[in-house]
Amino acid sequence: MASKKGFTKGISNTPSWSLKENEVTPESVFSDRRNIIKAMGLGALGASLPGQVQAGLFDLFGSEDKPPFAVQGLDYSKPNQFQIVDRLTPEDKIIRHNNFYEFGTSKQDPFENAQQFQVNPWELRIEGLVDKSLTLDLNDLTTKFDLEERIYRLRCVEAWSMVVPWVGFSLAELLKMAGVSSKATHVAFETLFDPDQMPGQKNRLMGGGIHYPYVEGLTINEAMNELPFLAVGLYGKTLPPQNGAPVRLVLPWKYGFKSIKSVVRIRVTDKQPPTSWNQLAPHEYGFYANVNPQVDHPRWSQASERSIGEGGLFSAKRIPTQMFNGYGEQVADLYKNLDLRKYY
Amino acid sequence: MKRLTPRGLFWLKGLLHLSFLTPIIYLVVMVLTDNAGGDPVQYIIHYTGMGAINALVVTLLISPIAKRFRQGLLLQTRRLVGLYVFAYASLHIAAFISLDLLFAWGFLFEEIIKRPYILVGAACFIIATFLALTSFQAIKRKMGKGWQSLHNWVYVMALLAPIHFYWSVKSEIIEPSIYIGVFVLLLWYRRKTIKQWLFKLK
Repeated sequence: MASKKGFTKGISNTPSWSLKENEVTPESVFSDRRNIIKAMGLGALGASLPGQVQAGLFDLFGSEDKPPFAVQGLDYSKPNQFQIVDRLTPEDKIIRHNNFYEFGTSKQDPFENAQQFQVNPWELRIEGLVDKSLTLDLNDLTTKFDLEERIYRLRCVEAWSMVVPWVGFSLAELLKMAGVSSKATHVAFETLFDPDQMPGQKNRLMGGGIHYPYVEGLTINEAMNELPFLAVGLYGKTLPPQNGAPVRLVLPWKYGFKSIKSVVRIRVTDKQPPTSWNQLAPHEYGFYANVNPQVDHPRWSQASERSIGEGGLFSAKRIPTQMFNGYGEQVADLYKNLDLRKYY
Repeated sequence: MKRLTPRGLFWLKGLLHLSFLTPIIYLVVMVLTDNAGGDPVQYIIHYTGMGAINALVVTLLISPIAKRFRQGLLLQTRRLVGLYVFAYASLHIAAFISLDLLFAWGFLFEEIIKRPYILVGAACFIIATFLALTSFQAIKRKMGKGWQSLHNWVYVMALLAPIHFYWSVKSEIIEPSIYIGVFVLLLWYRRKTIKQWLFKLK
């Protein structure tokens, strides 16, 4: 179903965080997993199993089989400075490996539980210390700004990473449209709270004990940097719900949990806002959550990461983690006077 | 109540093999058919870890059930189930080393020392390995009284395994808490045996 775009290449203005040609995974020597399965005669089984299992379950609960979430194509440009010379993580891995506890705590839960998610009508409010509050509806999100594609590395605090082609617009552009007051010091973000649609918000066991709605935050200087991105698309199409439809934040130099999904509220404030993972375990998750190979999480060394790319189970690579996930040139200045061991 | 006959034991063992092998086959099918998520690594590690911990619960349930219902023959299934604990734990660790760490051995040893939850898990695996290696009848006979004393280390596993689980999760602590409760009950039931064993160890 996914139209693979392959890997984006050929940039005159190569940014410092792009990988060199010799660092790129060589064409996988492993046969494609699907070929093996086909050879084993399991293809038919694979094609029939999920449908049957699902149909069986739906029969039991007396509801009919529902179609998966529909995504639409987007028009966008590809600014040179945001194209990585790197192999993209395949779309089917990006849309099926998600931490989105609102839809369940295991990696495949969001893919399974989010397909009926309603994104229309949607309201994204920008308010607080701004010249004029804004309310964007679903249509505004894809028409009010010139959309661009940015290929960003995504680094999860669990020490795995992906390379993702997002489509969207910069957060700074939106904030400038609203006009940020000179008193502003921080920006707070909030995910939709809708327990009827998000089973993790209804059920503590399913939602991992997080206090919902999920909240996140940035300093105003971080927010006005060129990197923070509001993504409305992935692989050239609108976002699937498990990836944060209809609009999510993407902060490539911070751990993935900072990149809040399905945003309904952006509030400019003069205080540091609370953030969800910090509320839950402050000694493990700080406010900043910058990718930093020198500062380990209590359970995960952050010195290296497992890069999820093309190919089967054994084709992943462990690569050294870079300071600020490789985006130091763009963001290191923001933390000049900050002890990053203390402000992790 | 009817006593378990040797013939019944044979079928019970067959049933146990089936119920511990089916989940492994199911896992293989799920992974091969792309139904274990976009990146099945964490799925496989968690799945096999849960298999090990569930098999450990079953192992520790056998003797209370045998006593309560006076089914002495039932005790003969303990070795079988115990070996499945070892089998699932081996898959769990093999998946962690091969799929997550990608055979970075230096990194593995560093992690074992640095992360208490991995150290606790490694301790469980070392115990399980010793118990599996000494599970053969011939070795059991040779070891005499020492065998029981060694195999009582399963109680240490019963304490450490749920701690390892609890410690390894990010925030979903309800399930690991339930396991801690179950293991505490299973150990509480054996408090006398454990006291005697600990006294002898001193």
